[in-house]
Amino acid sequence: MENQDNEKQEYNITVYTENQIGLLNRIAIIFTRRKINIDSLNTSPSEVESIHRFNIVITESEEVVRKLTRQIEKQVEVLKVYYHTNEDVIWQELALYKVSTDVIAERVSVERLLRENGARVVVLRKDYTVFETTGHREETDNLISILQPFGLIEFVRSARVAIIKDSEGFNSKLREFERLEPGEDVIENEYLNKGQKVFTM
Amino acid sequence: METQTITQEVSEKAAEPAKTPTTEVSGSVALLEALIVEGVDTIFGYPGGAIMPIYDALYDYNDKLNHILVRHEQGGIHAGQGYARTSGKVGVVFATSGPGATNLVTGLADAQIDSTPLVCITGQVFAHLLGTDAFQETDVINITTPVTKWNYQVTDATEIPEVLAKAFYIAKSGRPGPVLIDITKNAQIQKFDYAGYTKCDHIRSYRPKPIVRPQYIQEAAELINSAKKPFILWGQGVILGSAEQEFKAFVEKSGIPAAWTVLGAGAIPTDHPLNVGMLGMHGNYGPNVLTNECDVLIAIGMRFDDRVTGRLDKYAKQAKVVHLDIDPAEIDKNVKSTVPVWGDCKETLPMLSALVDKKEHTEWHAKFKEYTRQEVEQVIEKELNPTTVEMTMGEVIKQLNEITKGEAVIVTDVGQHQMVACRYSQFNNTRSNVTSGGLGTMGFALPAAIGAKFGAQNRTVVAIIGDGGFQMTCQELGTIMQSGIDVKIIILNNRFLGMVRQWQELFNARRYSFVDIESPDFVALAAAYRIPGKVIDNRKDLPSALNEMLNNKGSFLLEVMVTKENNVFPMVPQGCSVSEIRLK
Repeated sequence: MENQDNEKQEYNITVYTENQIGLLNRIAIIFTRRKINIDSLNTSPSEVESIHRFNIVITESEEVVRKLTRQIEKQVEVLKVYYHTNEDVIWQELALYKVSTDVIAERVSVERLLRENGARVVVLRKDYTVFETTGHREETDNLISILQPFGLIEFVRSARVAIIKDSEGFNSKLREFERLEPGEDVIENEYLNKGQKVFTM
Repeated sequence: METQTITQEVSEKAAEPAKTPTTEVSGSVALLEALIVEGVDTIFGYPGGAIMPIYDALYDYNDKLNHILVRHEQGGIHAGQGYARTSGKVGVVFATSGPGATNLVTGLADAQIDSTPLVCITGQVFAHLLGTDAFQETDVINITTPVTKWNYQVTDATEIPEVLAKAFYIAKSGRPGPVLIDITKNAQIQKFDYAGYTKCDHIRSYRPKPIVRPQYIQEAAELINSAKKPFILWGQGVILGSAEQEFKAFVEKSGIPAAWTVLGAGAIPTDHPLNVGMLGMHGNYGPNVLTNECDVLIAIGMRFDDRVTGRLDKYAKQAKVVHLDIDPAEIDKNVKSTVPVWGDCKETLPMLSALVDKKEHTEWHAKFKEYTRQEVEQVIEKELNPTTVEMTMGEVIKQLNEITKGEAVIVTDVGQHQMVACRYSQFNNTRSNVTSGGLGTMGFALPAAIGAKFGAQNRTVVAIIGDGGFQMTCQELGTIMQSGIDVKIIILNNRFLGMVRQWQELFNARRYSFVDIESPDFVALAAAYRIPGKVIDNRKDLPSALNEMLNNKGSFLLEVMVTKENNVFPMVPQGCSVSEIRLK
């Protein structure tokens, strides 16, 4: 247990917040204050209007992550924070690749390339072509190495978005949060929730 | 839910239920109305260009809001802190944009770490000038984000009532803390239809306190009842939660020895038989050593600061830990708890009291008494009844206790005098020890004492300050002069930055690097501010000088020359376990 607690690995931190100016900074400085690098950060509106969802990826020990999540949750405009290992989530990153159409048409079997890498063409012009893939880091990296010899012009990768495997009832809880003054079922003591699979808010 | 409307005319209209009456007011007026509904009576502030509309409105509110003009914004915010600490209310501070706002930062950091409820209002340049490097423009929101519980920039007057309501609610609920509201000048001027002020009692993303789980109370009680050597550590949470009575009842029923953190001092009287003393680096001998001998540690409203725990991996490893706190981020942060009791101790303590057995723990108490005996013999006796020619800080505090009989509010600065004052002051009442605990802000005491007096107008307020710290904020003598504030000031002058000197003596082979500090003639300085004063260097003059100070109508400055190179003991050296505490 202790070892597991101190072993560093990637953690996916999910944060539900109000949509408020300055909140990104308030959350970011919780990491920077402790000199912890954010590997990936995505923030976008959730399925519930006015509630935003952050996906933050850091490489740290569970003990550090646990304390960080409590510090984040302590912020007034943060509704709820969870953390998960990569095994507990399904995650994707989106990548875009811009390459010269001439080179690609001439030297690469486009069809094979697309098929093997699960990529698709989003823009096809005379001068350049833009491919898109989604996947894990290794997968998007793989296509870079394939396209690099063929004059990759530009590359961009999105932050990670992750969906949690054990999140039954999540959406309805979120809606409840929006609708209700929190009642007994909404305020949860995390110490009691260890055994529960379903999220509680 | 309280609603207050501005004029008589409007409130008459309010009798008609059909629609909410409105009246056109400026953002500045809406702000001041908000303060009145929130029960604010005193504001500490300093005007400037970007907050002028608020000060202009304040001109008409002179009879309702007492504004104290400080001499520096840092003084203003420390005064707000002192006010909050003695009154239990939210301290309110005004400052202008730019330098006015940045001068608040030390006080915000201090209030944040010591959980002091404040609402600070800063002026800001016109909204259209934001980000243009306008005159006295600074990014106050981002500068203050790490040192506030919440902050918000208002650029439209219509937001003011709601934002202020949130500010007060956030500042004082849950674990209290400082809130800063930055208001652009256009919003201060802007007129809008004002429909009254409604206090805030709920923010959907904010859970100031949880619903207490009886299961954990049960487990905690079982652990406590089975303990042979239980030990209570209490902190400021007991005071912030106004749970002094509940705490006393718990301690008295369980019969468990209880020790306090610096900020917890006074929650039960110093001479309460179950109060075994102070924790931490310069705390008492028994409480430190026996932390590593107890079997159940019950931490109540405290956060296991490193100055309390010493070396963490050798801290109470043998003990099971019950931790009562309102802030879940504190539970398991430094010390792993066996049973976490997350909640407001005003609720959790009575629940726990109901389940714990009535006990006396006589043998266990005898251990504390034995350590106290040793500490008295080796440390306290020398400090309180010295045989040296020069006076000690401790004997000044002892004399002060005898005269004030433990009824005074003691405000201290930071350093040796602070530790001596906390160790030896007699506190009969709660909210009597005002000091900068977490941040250790030198210069805190003089302005905090000003605020402390406004927060506890019927009590004697004594500021005890070192010669170094006094010189950091001594301009606030001007505030005392102008507003006629009755603050008694004792400067314990050892002609050194004593605490740093002590460390240099003990750990840096007496290499006294820049700790030798010269002081002005403090009595003459006070006299320049028309504050009477006296300096003494002989103990035979001490009682009469203290009496003269306390009997003087209004403020008085007493400078006491004390031993130059005295050390505060006991001491847990940095990096050592609490049980390695040194008596010399």
